[in-house]
Amino acid sequence: MMTDKKIYAIYDDDYVLLESAKHLVANGIHIRDVFSPFPIHGLDPVIGLKRTRIAITAFIYGMIGVSLALLGLWYMMIFDWPLNIGGKPNFSLFTNIPSFVPVTFEFGVLCAAHGMAITYLLRNWTLPGVIARNPYPRTTDDRFVLEIHPSDSKLSKNEIIALIDETCVLEIDEK
Amino acid sequence: MEYTLSNKVKLTTVILIVVGVISLGIGIFTNQEHTDQRLWANLLVNGYFFFTISLAAVFFLSLQYVAEMAWGVTTQRIFQAIMTFMPIGALMLLVVLIASSLHMTHLYHWMVVGITDPASPEYDQVITGKSAYLNLPFFWIRAILFLGVWLFFANWFRKKSLKEDQLDLSQISDGVSPIYRKSIVMGILFIVFFAYSSTASAWDWMMSLDVHWFSTLFGWYAFSGMWISCMIVAVVLVLYLKSKDLLKDVNSSHIHDLVKWMFAISMLWSYLWFAQFMLIWYANVPEETTYYVTRLENYKLLYLGTFFINFLLPFFVLMARDAKRNVVFILPVALILFFTHFIDVLVMVLPATMHEHGQLGFMEIGMFLTFLGIFIFTVLKSLSKAPLAVKNHPMYDESVHLHI
Repeated sequence: MMTDKKIYAIYDDDYVLLESAKHLVANGIHIRDVFSPFPIHGLDPVIGLKRTRIAITAFIYGMIGVSLALLGLWYMMIFDWPLNIGGKPNFSLFTNIPSFVPVTFEFGVLCAAHGMAITYLLRNWTLPGVIARNPYPRTTDDRFVLEIHPSDSKLSKNEIIALIDETCVLEIDEK
Repeated sequence: MEYTLSNKVKLTTVILIVVGVISLGIGIFTNQEHTDQRLWANLLVNGYFFFTISLAAVFFLSLQYVAEMAWGVTTQRIFQAIMTFMPIGALMLLVVLIASSLHMTHLYHWMVVGITDPASPEYDQVITGKSAYLNLPFFWIRAILFLGVWLFFANWFRKKSLKEDQLDLSQISDGVSPIYRKSIVMGILFIVFFAYSSTASAWDWMMSLDVHWFSTLFGWYAFSGMWISCMIVAVVLVLYLKSKDLLKDVNSSHIHDLVKWMFAISMLWSYLWFAQFMLIWYANVPEETTYYVTRLENYKLLYLGTFFINFLLPFFVLMARDAKRNVVFILPVALILFFTHFIDVLVMVLPATMHEHGQLGFMEIGMFLTFLGIFIFTVLKSLSKAPLAVKNHPMYDESVHLHI
Protein backbone atom coordinates (compact mmCIF):
# COMPACT_ATOMS: atom_id res chain seq x y z
CA MET A 1 0.00 0.00 0.00
CA MET A 2 1.34 3.38 -0.95
CA THR A 3 -0.21 5.12 2.03
CA ASP A 4 2.04 3.21 4.39
CA LYS A 5 5.13 4.96 3.09
CA LYS A 6 6.78 7.34 5.50
CA ILE A 7 8.48 10.55 4.49
CA TYR A 8 11.89 11.30 5.97
CA ALA A 9 13.37 14.78 5.80
CA ILE A 10 17.10 14.77 6.49
CA TYR A 11 18.94 17.78 7.89
CA ASP A 12 22.51 18.42 8.90
CA ASP A 13 21.89 20.90 11.71
CA ASP A 14 19.73 20.76 14.81
CA TYR A 15 18.73 24.41 14.69
CA VAL A 16 17.70 24.16 11.01
CA LEU A 17 15.62 21.10 11.89
CA LEU A 18 13.94 22.99 14.73
CA GLU A 19 13.05 25.92 12.47
CA SER A 20 11.84 23.55 9.73
CA ALA A 21 9.73 21.64 12.22
CA LYS A 22 8.10 24.91 13.31
CA HIS A 23 7.39 25.77 9.65
CA LEU A 24 5.87 22.36 8.91
CA VAL A 25 3.77 22.24 12.07
CA ALA A 26 2.47 25.75 11.33
CA ASN A 27 1.25 24.41 8.00
CA GLY A 28 -0.68 21.57 9.57
CA ILE A 29 1.76 18.71 9.25
CA HIS A 30 2.04 16.28 12.14
CA ILE A 31 5.61 15.22 12.85
CA ARG A 32 5.58 11.66 14.11
CA ASP A 33 9.17 11.41 15.29
CA VAL A 34 12.60 13.01 15.20
CA PHE A 35 15.90 11.14 15.12
CA SER A 36 18.86 13.07 16.44
CA PRO A 37 22.27 12.30 17.94
CA PHE A 38 21.46 14.47 20.96
CA PRO A 39 18.39 16.10 22.55
CA ILE A 40 17.30 19.21 20.64
CA HIS A 41 16.44 22.01 23.02
CA GLY A 42 12.94 23.38 22.61
CA LEU A 43 11.77 20.69 20.19
CA ASP A 44 9.29 18.92 22.49
CA PRO A 45 6.56 21.59 22.49
CA VAL A 46 6.99 22.17 18.73
CA ILE A 47 6.23 18.62 17.69
CA GLY A 48 3.67 18.25 20.47
CA LEU A 49 5.48 15.73 22.64
CA LYS A 50 3.80 15.15 25.98
CA ARG A 51 5.95 15.48 29.07
CA THR A 52 7.52 12.26 30.21
CA ARG A 53 5.87 10.41 33.07
CA ILE A 54 9.06 8.63 34.05
CA ALA A 55 9.43 10.80 37.17
CA ILE A 56 6.08 9.50 38.44
CA THR A 57 7.16 5.91 37.89
CA ALA A 58 10.42 6.65 39.71
CA PHE A 59 8.46 7.88 42.72
CA ILE A 60 6.25 4.79 42.69
CA TYR A 61 9.23 2.44 42.41
CA GLY A 62 10.94 4.32 45.23
CA MET A 63 7.91 3.93 47.48
CA ILE A 64 7.69 0.22 46.59
CA GLY A 65 11.37 -0.12 47.50
CA VAL A 66 10.88 1.62 50.84
CA SER A 67 7.88 -0.58 51.70
CA LEU A 68 9.65 -3.77 50.66
CA ALA A 69 12.74 -2.86 52.66
CA LEU A 70 10.72 -2.11 55.78
CA LEU A 71 8.72 -5.31 55.37
CA GLY A 72 11.88 -7.36 54.90
CA LEU A 73 13.63 -5.75 57.86
CA TRP A 74 10.58 -6.25 60.03
CA TYR A 75 10.37 -9.93 59.10
CA MET A 76 14.09 -10.65 59.45
CA MET A 77 15.10 -8.45 62.37
CA ILE A 78 11.93 -8.18 64.44
CA PHE A 79 9.52 -11.01 63.73
CA ASP A 80 11.47 -14.07 62.66
CA TRP A 81 14.71 -13.87 64.60
CA PRO A 82 15.25 -10.79 66.78
CA LEU A 83 18.95 -10.26 67.47
CA ASN A 84 20.30 -8.24 70.35
CA ILE A 85 22.61 -5.74 68.67
CA GLY A 86 24.09 -3.25 71.12
CA GLY A 87 20.96 -3.46 73.27
CA LYS A 88 18.81 -1.82 70.61
CA PRO A 89 15.06 -2.42 70.86
CA ASN A 90 14.70 -5.59 68.85
CA PHE A 91 11.03 -6.22 69.55
CA SER A 92 9.46 -3.30 67.74
CA LEU A 93 9.96 -1.89 64.26
CA PHE A 94 8.95 1.62 65.25
CA THR A 95 11.35 2.17 68.14
CA ASN A 96 14.21 0.54 66.25
CA ILE A 97 13.58 2.45 63.04
CA PRO A 98 16.71 4.68 63.09
CA SER A 99 18.90 1.64 62.53
CA PHE A 100 16.80 0.60 59.54
CA VAL A 101 16.74 3.99 57.81
CA PRO A 102 20.05 3.65 55.90
CA VAL A 103 19.10 0.26 54.45
CA THR A 104 15.58 1.43 53.65
CA PHE A 105 16.90 4.54 51.97
CA GLU A 106 19.42 2.61 49.88
CA PHE A 107 16.85 0.04 48.83
CA GLY A 108 14.42 2.80 47.89
CA VAL A 109 17.06 4.44 45.70
CA LEU A 110 18.01 1.09 44.19
CA CYS A 111 14.41 0.28 43.27
CA ALA A 112 13.74 3.79 41.93
CA ALA A 113 16.87 3.83 39.77
CA HIS A 114 16.57 0.30 38.40
CA GLY A 115 12.82 0.51 37.95
CA MET A 116 13.17 3.78 36.08
CA ALA A 117 15.96 2.47 33.82
CA ILE A 118 14.13 -0.76 33.02
CA THR A 119 10.86 1.09 32.36
CA TYR A 120 12.69 3.45 30.04
CA LEU A 121 14.32 0.64 28.09
CA LEU A 122 11.05 -1.31 27.87
CA ARG A 123 8.97 1.66 26.81
CA ASN A 124 11.42 2.59 24.05
CA TRP A 125 12.06 -1.06 23.27
CA THR A 126 15.81 -0.53 23.43
CA LEU A 127 16.61 -3.41 25.72
CA PRO A 128 20.04 -4.99 25.26
CA GLY A 129 19.98 -7.28 22.22
CA VAL A 130 16.95 -5.65 20.64
CA ILE A 131 17.54 -4.70 16.99
CA ALA A 132 17.70 -0.94 16.55
CA ARG A 133 14.78 0.60 14.67
CA ASN A 134 16.76 3.59 13.54
CA PRO A 135 15.98 4.27 9.84
CA TYR A 136 19.20 6.19 9.29
CA PRO A 137 22.27 5.12 11.28
CA ARG A 138 23.87 8.48 10.55
CA THR A 139 21.42 10.09 12.97
CA THR A 140 23.66 8.68 15.70
CA ASP A 141 26.46 10.85 14.34
CA ASP A 142 25.75 14.07 12.45
CA ARG A 143 22.35 13.82 10.76
CA PHE A 144 18.94 14.98 12.00
CA VAL A 145 15.82 13.35 10.58
CA LEU A 146 12.10 14.16 10.71
CA GLU A 147 9.66 11.31 10.27
CA ILE A 148 6.25 12.20 8.79
CA HIS A 149 3.35 9.87 8.10
CA PRO A 150 1.23 11.30 5.28
CA SER A 151 -1.88 9.66 6.76
CA ASP A 152 -1.51 11.83 9.91
CA SER A 153 -2.41 15.08 8.17
CA LYS A 154 -5.01 16.15 5.66
CA LEU A 155 -2.41 17.21 3.11
CA SER A 156 -1.43 14.98 0.24
CA LYS A 157 2.01 13.47 -0.03
CA ASN A 158 3.08 15.87 -2.78
CA GLU A 159 1.92 18.88 -0.82
CA ILE A 160 3.92 17.70 2.19
CA ILE A 161 7.02 17.21 0.09
CA ALA A 162 6.55 20.66 -1.43
CA LEU A 163 6.37 22.17 2.06
CA ILE A 164 9.46 20.30 3.18
CA ASP A 165 11.24 21.58 0.11
CA GLU A 166 10.66 25.13 1.32
CA THR A 167 12.92 24.41 4.32
CA CYS A 168 16.68 24.05 4.16
CA VAL A 169 16.39 20.31 3.78
CA LEU A 170 19.32 18.16 2.71
CA GLU A 171 17.43 15.20 1.33
CA ILE A 172 13.87 13.90 1.24
CA ASP A 173 13.39 10.17 1.35
CA GLU A 174 10.43 7.79 1.30
CA LYS A 175 10.49 4.37 2.87
CA MET B 1 14.20 47.82 36.62
CA GLU B 2 14.65 49.64 39.86
CA TYR B 3 13.03 48.61 43.07
CA THR B 4 11.82 51.41 45.28
CA LEU B 5 11.08 50.97 48.93
CA SER B 6 7.46 51.97 49.24
CA ASN B 7 5.96 53.45 52.37
CA LYS B 8 3.76 50.39 52.69
CA VAL B 9 6.82 48.15 52.96
CA LYS B 10 8.46 50.51 55.46
CA LEU B 11 5.28 50.51 57.51
CA THR B 12 5.10 46.69 57.41
CA THR B 13 8.63 46.31 58.70
CA VAL B 14 8.01 48.91 61.40
CA ILE B 15 4.85 47.05 62.44
CA LEU B 16 6.84 43.81 62.55
CA ILE B 17 9.45 45.42 64.78
CA VAL B 18 6.83 47.08 67.02
CA VAL B 19 4.83 43.86 67.41
CA GLY B 20 8.10 42.08 68.12
CA VAL B 21 9.15 44.57 70.76
CA ILE B 22 5.70 44.51 72.41
CA SER B 23 5.71 40.73 72.44
CA LEU B 24 9.22 40.81 73.84
CA GLY B 25 8.02 43.23 76.55
CA ILE B 26 5.12 40.96 77.46
CA GLY B 27 7.57 38.08 77.56
CA ILE B 28 9.97 39.90 79.87
CA PHE B 29 7.13 41.16 82.08
CA THR B 30 5.45 37.78 82.52
CA ASN B 31 8.64 35.75 82.75
CA GLN B 32 9.14 34.33 86.23
CA GLU B 33 12.78 33.34 86.39
CA HIS B 34 16.02 33.39 84.39
CA THR B 35 14.87 36.43 82.39
CA ASP B 36 18.44 37.62 81.82
CA GLN B 37 19.70 34.30 80.59
CA ARG B 38 16.68 33.81 78.35
CA LEU B 39 17.14 37.25 76.81
CA TRP B 40 20.82 36.67 76.04
CA ALA B 41 20.12 33.21 74.67
CA ASN B 42 17.49 34.66 72.37
CA LEU B 43 19.84 37.38 71.22
CA LEU B 44 22.39 34.72 70.34
CA VAL B 45 19.77 32.63 68.51
CA ASN B 46 18.57 35.50 66.36
CA GLY B 47 21.99 37.06 65.87
CA TYR B 48 23.35 33.74 64.69
CA PHE B 49 20.32 32.79 62.59
CA PHE B 50 20.07 36.03 60.63
CA PHE B 51 23.80 36.61 60.42
CA THR B 52 24.42 33.19 58.94
CA ILE B 53 21.69 33.74 56.34
CA SER B 54 23.69 36.66 54.98
CA LEU B 55 26.88 34.63 55.34
CA ALA B 56 25.39 31.83 53.25
CA ALA B 57 24.49 34.42 50.62
CA VAL B 58 28.18 35.32 50.27
CA PHE B 59 28.93 31.62 50.02
CA PHE B 60 26.34 31.05 47.32
CA LEU B 61 27.54 34.08 45.38
CA SER B 62 31.13 32.79 45.51
CA LEU B 63 29.88 29.41 44.40
CA GLN B 64 28.29 31.06 41.37
CA TYR B 65 31.64 32.57 40.40
CA VAL B 66 33.70 29.48 41.13
CA ALA B 67 31.39 27.18 39.18
CA GLU B 68 31.05 29.85 36.47
CA MET B 69 27.35 29.33 36.88
CA ALA B 70 25.30 31.00 34.18
CA TRP B 71 21.66 30.39 35.03
CA GLY B 72 21.57 32.41 38.23
CA VAL B 73 23.14 35.62 36.99
CA THR B 74 19.77 37.38 36.72
CA THR B 75 19.21 36.76 40.44
CA GLN B 76 22.68 37.82 41.61
CA ARG B 77 21.54 41.13 43.06
CA ILE B 78 19.18 39.29 45.39
CA PHE B 79 22.06 37.45 47.04
CA GLN B 80 24.08 40.64 47.14
CA ALA B 81 21.21 42.33 48.94
CA ILE B 82 20.87 39.50 51.46
CA MET B 83 24.53 39.74 52.37
CA THR B 84 24.30 43.44 53.21
CA PHE B 85 22.67 42.40 56.49
CA MET B 86 26.05 41.01 57.54
CA PRO B 87 27.41 44.02 59.46
CA ILE B 88 24.25 44.28 61.58
CA GLY B 89 24.17 40.54 62.21
CA ALA B 90 27.85 40.55 63.10
CA LEU B 91 27.23 43.39 65.54
CA MET B 92 24.45 41.44 67.28
CA LEU B 93 26.69 38.40 67.55
CA LEU B 94 29.58 40.48 68.87
CA VAL B 95 27.36 41.99 71.56
CA VAL B 96 26.49 38.50 72.81
CA LEU B 97 30.06 37.24 72.57
CA ILE B 98 31.48 40.30 74.35
CA ALA B 99 28.86 40.07 77.10
CA SER B 100 29.65 36.39 77.55
CA SER B 101 33.39 37.02 77.65
CA LEU B 102 32.93 39.77 80.24
CA HIS B 103 30.88 37.30 82.35
CA MET B 104 27.78 39.48 82.11
CA THR B 105 25.90 36.35 81.15
CA HIS B 106 26.45 32.65 81.53
CA LEU B 107 25.88 31.30 78.04
CA TYR B 108 29.23 29.62 77.50
CA HIS B 109 30.02 27.44 80.46
CA TRP B 110 33.68 27.11 79.49
CA MET B 111 34.18 30.87 79.96
CA VAL B 112 33.57 30.61 83.71
CA VAL B 113 36.54 31.89 85.75
CA GLY B 114 38.63 29.15 87.28
CA ILE B 115 37.14 26.31 85.30
CA THR B 116 40.61 25.09 84.30
CA ASP B 117 42.15 25.67 87.71
CA PRO B 118 42.36 22.44 89.79
CA ALA B 119 42.28 24.47 93.00
CA SER B 120 39.04 26.22 92.09
CA PRO B 121 35.62 24.85 93.09
CA GLU B 122 34.55 25.41 89.47
CA TYR B 123 37.25 23.05 88.15
CA ASP B 124 36.11 20.86 85.27
CA GLN B 125 38.52 18.26 83.96
CA VAL B 126 36.78 17.74 80.61
CA ILE B 127 36.80 21.45 79.80
CA THR B 128 40.42 21.72 80.91
CA GLY B 129 41.23 19.06 78.33
CA LYS B 130 39.63 21.22 75.65
CA SER B 131 41.13 24.50 76.85
CA ALA B 132 43.95 24.45 74.29
CA TYR B 133 41.26 25.35 71.76
CA LEU B 134 38.52 26.79 73.93
CA ASN B 135 40.21 29.68 75.67
CA LEU B 136 39.20 33.31 75.48
CA PRO B 137 42.20 34.77 73.60
CA PHE B 138 42.15 32.11 70.89
CA PHE B 139 38.34 32.27 70.74
CA TRP B 140 38.52 36.00 70.05
CA ILE B 141 41.31 35.67 67.52
CA ARG B 142 39.11 33.26 65.60
CA ALA B 143 35.96 35.34 65.98
CA ILE B 144 37.62 38.53 64.75
CA LEU B 145 39.43 36.72 61.94
CA PHE B 146 36.26 35.02 60.70
CA LEU B 147 34.00 38.04 60.97
CA GLY B 148 36.63 40.34 59.48
CA VAL B 149 37.39 38.15 56.48
CA TRP B 150 33.73 37.39 55.81
CA LEU B 151 32.77 41.05 55.97
CA PHE B 152 35.68 41.94 53.73
CA PHE B 153 34.56 39.46 51.07
CA ALA B 154 30.89 40.48 51.30
CA ASN B 155 31.87 44.11 50.90
CA TRP B 156 34.25 43.32 48.05
CA PHE B 157 31.72 41.34 46.02
CA ARG B 158 29.04 43.96 46.41
CA LYS B 159 31.32 46.87 45.60
CA LYS B 160 32.92 45.25 42.56
CA SER B 161 29.59 44.14 41.17
CA LEU B 162 28.27 47.69 41.36
CA LYS B 163 31.48 48.89 39.75
CA GLU B 164 31.08 46.31 36.98
CA ASP B 165 27.77 47.96 36.09
CA GLN B 166 29.58 51.21 35.35
CA LEU B 167 32.24 49.73 33.05
CA ASP B 168 32.15 50.86 29.46
CA LEU B 169 32.69 48.56 26.53
CA SER B 170 36.32 49.53 25.98
CA GLN B 171 37.23 48.02 29.34
CA ILE B 172 35.74 44.65 28.47
CA SER B 173 37.92 42.30 26.43
CA ASP B 174 36.45 39.23 24.72
CA GLY B 175 33.13 40.00 26.39
CA VAL B 176 34.59 39.30 29.83
CA SER B 177 35.12 42.17 32.23
CA PRO B 178 38.31 42.20 34.33
CA ILE B 179 36.13 42.37 37.44
CA TYR B 180 34.51 39.07 36.55
CA ARG B 181 37.91 37.39 36.22
CA LYS B 182 38.95 38.78 39.59
CA SER B 183 35.65 37.70 41.16
CA ILE B 184 36.36 34.08 40.22
CA VAL B 185 39.69 34.22 42.08
CA MET B 186 38.07 35.90 45.06
CA GLY B 187 35.27 33.32 45.02
CA ILE B 188 37.80 30.49 45.17
CA LEU B 189 39.62 32.16 48.07
CA PHE B 190 36.39 32.70 49.95
CA ILE B 191 35.16 29.13 49.50
CA VAL B 192 38.46 27.72 50.77
CA PHE B 193 38.38 30.02 53.80
CA PHE B 194 34.69 29.40 54.34
CA ALA B 195 35.15 25.62 54.34
CA TYR B 196 37.27 25.90 57.47
CA SER B 197 35.74 28.93 59.10
CA SER B 198 32.08 27.88 58.80
CA THR B 199 32.85 24.65 60.64
CA ALA B 200 35.07 26.27 63.25
CA SER B 201 32.58 29.10 63.85
CA ALA B 202 29.81 26.56 64.40
CA TRP B 203 32.00 24.84 67.00
CA ASP B 204 32.84 28.13 68.66
CA TRP B 205 29.46 29.78 68.80
CA MET B 206 27.01 26.87 68.85
CA MET B 207 28.65 23.57 69.73
CA SER B 208 30.68 25.01 72.63
CA LEU B 209 27.39 25.88 74.36
CA ASP B 210 27.16 22.15 75.05
CA VAL B 211 30.78 22.17 76.00
CA HIS B 212 30.99 18.60 77.25
CA TRP B 213 29.58 17.30 74.02
CA PHE B 214 31.14 17.07 70.59
CA SER B 215 30.21 16.00 67.10
CA THR B 216 32.48 16.09 64.07
CA LEU B 217 29.47 16.58 61.83
CA PHE B 218 28.15 19.62 63.63
CA GLY B 219 29.83 22.20 61.37
CA TRP B 220 28.23 20.72 58.31
CA TYR B 221 24.89 20.51 60.01
CA ALA B 222 25.03 24.20 60.92
CA PHE B 223 26.28 25.05 57.43
CA SER B 224 23.43 23.24 55.68
CA GLY B 225 21.00 25.00 58.01
CA MET B 226 22.27 28.45 57.07
CA TRP B 227 22.36 27.57 53.38
CA ILE B 228 18.75 26.41 53.25
CA SER B 229 17.58 29.51 55.14
CA CYS B 230 19.42 31.70 52.63
CA MET B 231 17.87 29.89 49.65
CA ILE B 232 14.42 30.31 51.21
CA VAL B 233 14.96 34.06 51.61
CA ALA B 234 16.15 34.29 48.00
CA VAL B 235 13.13 32.39 46.70
CA VAL B 236 10.69 34.52 48.69
CA LEU B 237 12.41 37.72 47.52
CA VAL B 238 12.25 36.63 43.89
CA LEU B 239 8.56 35.79 44.24
CA TYR B 240 7.92 39.14 45.92
CA LEU B 241 9.72 41.11 43.23
CA LYS B 242 8.00 39.12 40.49
CA SER B 243 4.65 39.97 42.05
CA LYS B 244 5.66 43.65 41.77
CA ASP B 245 6.29 43.07 38.04
CA LEU B 246 10.00 43.63 38.49
CA LEU B 247 12.81 41.24 37.58
CA LYS B 248 11.61 40.86 34.00
CA ASP B 249 14.58 38.68 33.12
CA VAL B 250 13.73 36.09 35.73
CA ASN B 251 11.41 33.48 34.23
CA SER B 252 9.74 30.40 35.64
CA SER B 253 12.86 28.34 34.92
CA HIS B 254 14.89 30.49 37.31
CA ILE B 255 12.27 30.04 39.99
CA HIS B 256 12.24 26.31 39.27
CA ASP B 257 16.02 26.17 39.69
CA LEU B 258 16.04 28.20 42.89
CA VAL B 259 13.30 26.05 44.41
CA LYS B 260 15.24 23.00 43.28
CA TRP B 261 18.13 24.30 45.39
CA MET B 262 15.77 24.84 48.30
CA PHE B 263 14.51 21.28 47.90
CA ALA B 264 18.00 19.81 47.59
CA ILE B 265 19.48 21.66 50.56
CA SER B 266 16.48 20.62 52.65
CA MET B 267 17.38 17.04 51.88
CA LEU B 268 21.04 17.74 52.67
CA TRP B 269 20.05 19.23 56.02
CA SER B 270 17.76 16.29 56.84
CA TYR B 271 20.47 13.87 55.82
CA LEU B 272 23.05 15.52 58.07
CA TRP B 273 20.59 15.83 60.97
CA PHE B 274 19.81 12.16 60.75
CA ALA B 275 23.42 11.06 60.16
CA GLN B 276 24.45 12.82 63.36
CA PHE B 277 21.49 11.47 65.30
CA MET B 278 21.65 7.90 64.07
CA LEU B 279 25.34 7.35 64.75
CA ILE B 280 25.09 8.76 68.26
CA TRP B 281 21.87 6.84 68.96
CA TYR B 282 23.41 3.61 67.71
CA ALA B 283 26.76 3.90 69.50
CA ASN B 284 25.03 5.04 72.71
CA VAL B 285 28.15 6.53 74.30
CA PRO B 286 27.13 8.67 77.30
CA GLU B 287 29.34 11.65 76.47
CA GLU B 288 27.84 11.81 72.98
CA THR B 289 24.21 11.18 73.87
CA THR B 290 23.95 14.10 76.33
CA TYR B 291 23.03 16.44 73.48
CA TYR B 292 20.06 14.32 72.47
CA VAL B 293 19.02 13.40 75.99
CA THR B 294 18.55 17.05 76.98
CA ARG B 295 16.70 17.81 73.75
CA LEU B 296 14.46 14.76 73.71
CA GLU B 297 13.56 15.08 77.37
CA ASN B 298 12.43 18.70 77.41
CA TYR B 299 12.15 19.80 73.78
CA LYS B 300 10.79 16.70 72.12
CA LEU B 301 8.05 18.39 70.10
CA LEU B 302 10.22 21.27 68.88
CA TYR B 303 13.21 19.08 68.17
CA LEU B 304 11.55 16.19 66.36
CA GLY B 305 8.88 18.45 64.84
CA THR B 306 11.60 20.57 63.20
CA PHE B 307 13.17 17.51 61.68
CA PHE B 308 10.01 15.94 60.33
CA ILE B 309 8.62 19.19 58.92
CA ASN B 310 11.90 20.12 57.28
CA PHE B 311 12.25 16.70 55.73
CA LEU B 312 8.74 15.59 54.81
CA LEU B 313 7.13 18.88 53.80
CA PRO B 314 9.48 19.81 50.93
CA PHE B 315 9.90 16.15 50.02
CA PHE B 316 6.27 15.54 49.30
CA VAL B 317 5.11 19.03 48.31
CA LEU B 318 8.00 20.26 46.17
CA MET B 319 9.02 17.00 44.54
CA ALA B 320 6.94 17.52 41.40
CA ARG B 321 8.13 19.81 38.61
CA ASP B 322 4.88 21.78 38.49
CA ALA B 323 4.97 22.44 42.23
CA LYS B 324 8.43 24.00 41.89
CA ARG B 325 6.95 26.58 39.51
CA ASN B 326 3.74 27.32 41.36
CA VAL B 327 3.73 30.05 43.97
CA VAL B 328 0.78 28.39 45.74
CA PHE B 329 3.05 25.46 46.64
CA ILE B 330 6.35 27.33 47.01
CA LEU B 331 5.39 30.17 49.30
CA PRO B 332 3.73 28.28 52.19
CA VAL B 333 6.51 25.67 52.21
CA ALA B 334 9.18 28.40 52.12
CA LEU B 335 7.64 30.33 55.00
CA ILE B 336 7.11 27.23 57.15
CA LEU B 337 10.66 26.04 56.47
CA PHE B 338 12.07 29.46 57.34
CA PHE B 339 10.36 29.41 60.72
CA THR B 340 11.27 25.81 61.48
CA HIS B 341 14.91 26.52 60.69
CA PHE B 342 14.73 29.33 63.19
CA ILE B 343 13.38 26.75 65.66
CA ASP B 344 16.31 24.54 64.69
CA VAL B 345 18.78 27.20 65.85
CA LEU B 346 16.61 27.82 68.91
CA VAL B 347 16.88 24.16 69.91
CA MET B 348 20.64 24.30 69.38
CA VAL B 349 20.88 27.09 71.95
CA LEU B 350 18.05 26.88 74.50
CA PRO B 351 18.60 23.36 75.90
CA ALA B 352 22.28 24.20 76.41
CA THR B 353 21.75 27.57 78.05
CA MET B 354 18.30 27.33 79.68
CA HIS B 355 18.38 23.58 80.37
CA GLU B 356 14.84 22.46 81.21
CA HIS B 357 13.49 26.03 81.47
CA GLY B 358 13.66 26.97 77.82
CA GLN B 359 10.49 27.32 75.80
CA LEU B 360 9.00 28.91 72.74
CA GLY B 361 7.10 31.83 74.19
CA PHE B 362 6.43 35.54 73.79
CA MET B 363 10.08 36.41 74.25
CA GLU B 364 11.31 34.05 71.52
CA ILE B 365 8.63 35.08 69.03
CA GLY B 366 9.07 38.76 69.90
CA MET B 367 12.81 38.72 69.41
CA PHE B 368 12.37 36.77 66.17
CA LEU B 369 9.86 39.28 64.78
CA THR B 370 12.05 42.23 65.76
CA PHE B 371 15.05 40.75 64.00
CA LEU B 372 12.94 39.72 61.04
CA GLY B 373 11.73 43.30 60.66
CA ILE B 374 15.26 44.67 60.76
CA PHE B 375 16.43 41.98 58.37
CA ILE B 376 13.68 42.58 55.82
CA PHE B 377 14.18 46.33 56.00
CA THR B 378 17.95 46.11 55.50
CA VAL B 379 17.69 43.69 52.62
CA LEU B 380 14.94 45.58 50.79
CA LYS B 381 16.73 48.86 51.37
CA SER B 382 19.89 47.63 49.70
CA LEU B 383 17.80 46.08 46.91
CA SER B 384 16.40 49.54 46.21
CA LYS B 385 19.87 51.07 46.07
CA ALA B 386 21.05 49.26 42.95
CA PRO B 387 19.46 48.10 39.70
CA LEU B 388 17.92 44.65 40.04
CA ALA B 389 19.85 43.35 37.05
CA VAL B 390 23.63 43.21 36.91
CA LYS B 391 25.25 44.70 33.83
CA ASN B 392 28.35 43.63 31.89
CA HIS B 393 28.33 40.17 33.44
CA PRO B 394 29.61 37.90 30.64
CA MET B 395 26.91 35.30 31.20
CA TYR B 396 23.93 37.54 31.72
CA ASP B 397 22.51 36.85 28.28
CA GLU B 398 22.84 33.12 28.77
CA SER B 399 20.94 33.43 32.02
CA VAL B 400 18.11 35.38 30.40
CA HIS B 401 17.55 32.52 27.97
CA LEU B 402 17.43 29.86 30.64
CA HIS B 403 14.86 27.26 29.73
CA ILE B 404 14.51 23.93 31.47
